[in-house]
Amino acid sequence: MTEIPLQPAARRTRPAKPRSALFELTLTRFRLFFREPSALFWTFGFPVILAVALGIAFRNRPPDPVHVAVRAGPGAETAASALSSGLVEATVEDEATALQQLRTGKVVLVVVPGSTRAYRYDETRPEARLARLLVDDRLQRAEGRTDPTPVADDRVTEPGARYIDFLIPGLIGLTLMSSSMWGIGYVIVELRTKKLVKRMLATPMRRGDFLLSFVLMRALFVLLEVPVLVGFGWIAFGVRLNGSPLVLLGISLLGAFAFAGLGLLVSSRAQNTQTVGGLMNLVMMPMFVGSGVFFSSSNFPDAMQPALRALPLTALNDALRAVVNEGAGVAALARPILVLSVCGVASFAAALKLFRWR
Amino acid sequence: MNDAACAVRCRAVVKRYGTGKTSVLAVDGLDLEVPSGECFGLLGPNGAGKTTTVEMLEGLLDPTAGDVEVLGMRWATDERALRERLGVSLQQTHLPERLSVHEVLTLFRSFFARGRDPDDVLAVVSLEEKRNAWYDKLSGGQKQRLAVACALVGDPELLFLDEPTTGLDPQSRLQLWDVIDGFKKDGRTVMLTTHYMDEAERLCDRVGVVDHGKLIALGTPRELIASLGGREVIELKLADGALDETSVAALPGVHGVRRVADAYALAAEPLHVALPALVDHLRAGALTLERLSTRRATLEDVFVSLTGRHLRD
Repeated sequence: MTEIPLQPAARRTRPAKPRSALFELTLTRFRLFFREPSALFWTFGFPVILAVALGIAFRNRPPDPVHVAVRAGPGAETAASALSSGLVEATVEDEATALQQLRTGKVVLVVVPGSTRAYRYDETRPEARLARLLVDDRLQRAEGRTDPTPVADDRVTEPGARYIDFLIPGLIGLTLMSSSMWGIGYVIVELRTKKLVKRMLATPMRRGDFLLSFVLMRALFVLLEVPVLVGFGWIAFGVRLNGSPLVLLGISLLGAFAFAGLGLLVSSRAQNTQTVGGLMNLVMMPMFVGSGVFFSSSNFPDAMQPALRALPLTALNDALRAVVNEGAGVAALARPILVLSVCGVASFAAALKLFRWR
Repeated sequence: MNDAACAVRCRAVVKRYGTGKTSVLAVDGLDLEVPSGECFGLLGPNGAGKTTTVEMLEGLLDPTAGDVEVLGMRWATDERALRERLGVSLQQTHLPERLSVHEVLTLFRSFFARGRDPDDVLAVVSLEEKRNAWYDKLSGGQKQRLAVACALVGDPELLFLDEPTTGLDPQSRLQLWDVIDGFKKDGRTVMLTTHYMDEAERLCDRVGVVDHGKLIALGTPRELIASLGGREVIELKLADGALDETSVAALPGVHGVRRVADAYALAAEPLHVALPALVDHLRAGALTLERLSTRRATLEDVFVSLTGRHLRD
């Protein structure tokens, strides 16, 4: 080292007026975030990659044809040719082969032609019941049945009802949850482990400013995160925002607040980052699965629905979908707003009580 | 001392960690007064209770019993006012790795109502050239000077430094000593802990020697060394045989004899009286020297004579 200690510099007569501690703390949070490439990836890159991957996997395709077998015998060829179209694929097989294909699921239904036509299928399988209706309808019409009322099909593949339309709001909810939890819970415990919380406590810093800087940082971040994801969904997949952007931001802020509270709560006692990592996974895992991020939570049994609907991420996802897909206004969102507010206020209150400062 | 003249005062302070049989008594009834403008050093081995003591004075730990008064105020009632007037450097501070030196100082400056310009403080700790370098790019000595700068940026009246130079290279220690000297020159109070006796001798007006949570000696470095009886130490090792310690201690100029492993350390003053007497005594007893050396007595000798152990043991 070549530096030579200098005499204390003359104190400046008019030092630059220092900015408030809250401003500096929040600015510090931003600087540290943007200087951490992995945090940037998990916040912006990961949800976009997830949306692209799932958007490709679940892209809209023409419906799969229904596979059926026609037992060989008189009338079998006629029936098979009457059936075959884009929707049904029929092959003529001898009885043993046809039954074997039915057992192994290669076909869902076996047609046994005759003066009384028999359908052999497993009634408990929804696609078999569907095949039964489709096949019978085709054959009856081919044999001359006429429908009393003419029918016109109006098929919908409009944006708004696709999987990606379902997915994008779920991903926004997921991102709001995980970046609030990690960005607050993990960071606070890291500061505590490094004794920085203690170091700052040895200054006149107000504890409220310290905690508020995290909340402010999250709130400002929502203004970045949500437009990026909504914009990406719109440009890449044509996912339309049907509701008001202000309502969407309001709901997102409320969601970020609720999860900021939870993040603070899991970090309030933890002494090392492993503990808080485990706690966060414990809190987030049920919501990851049960809150309708990737598939609708209505797939779970009715008995579980009240519990699932009480989860903050379920509330947030429901509200985001209502706004993005259905264009819902604030009035329609009373329940999720209530759930998120209660979660946020309760977890903040508990975290402030439990928080380990020293 | 009246309140204005006394920067730190504590009476019968006790800190016990845990309860029941597993509890540890870290500080065992400490009484201490540090007048304003003094540089006071708590000297002791690791685990002696130095950090626990200063953290109680800094209001970061609550004493189990006893009374702590800093700048005439108490932590329970005047915490914010006290924090405005105190500078603290903890034993280990990991500042955020990806903040620049100037950003860290600006952040700490913002916590204080009154304080110094961050750039001025950077000059004081000679980090101007590193102004825009990230914390994780600094050397150990530079990190430690930044930690001290964070303590100085609030323009404190009382500065606490917990082992400011532990683990630093000699050059970095000298630089930090200069920083502390500069602060002392302004007539402000410094309270530091160290387990380096040379640091305590070099920086401190008064030293308290701590062992097992108790203050076992208190005074200026000169007084403490004088308490050994002599300011010089004669170290000698015999080829074989043993010294008659009582008769050696009675020799002119020799004020104490201590066995150190297979050798002896004699507190002596004046040396020109003690040495000839010692040589005569050895000759009379037909004892052969393997080696003999002399040096100035240090606080280390004070610690060894008080506890029978070395500071770094």
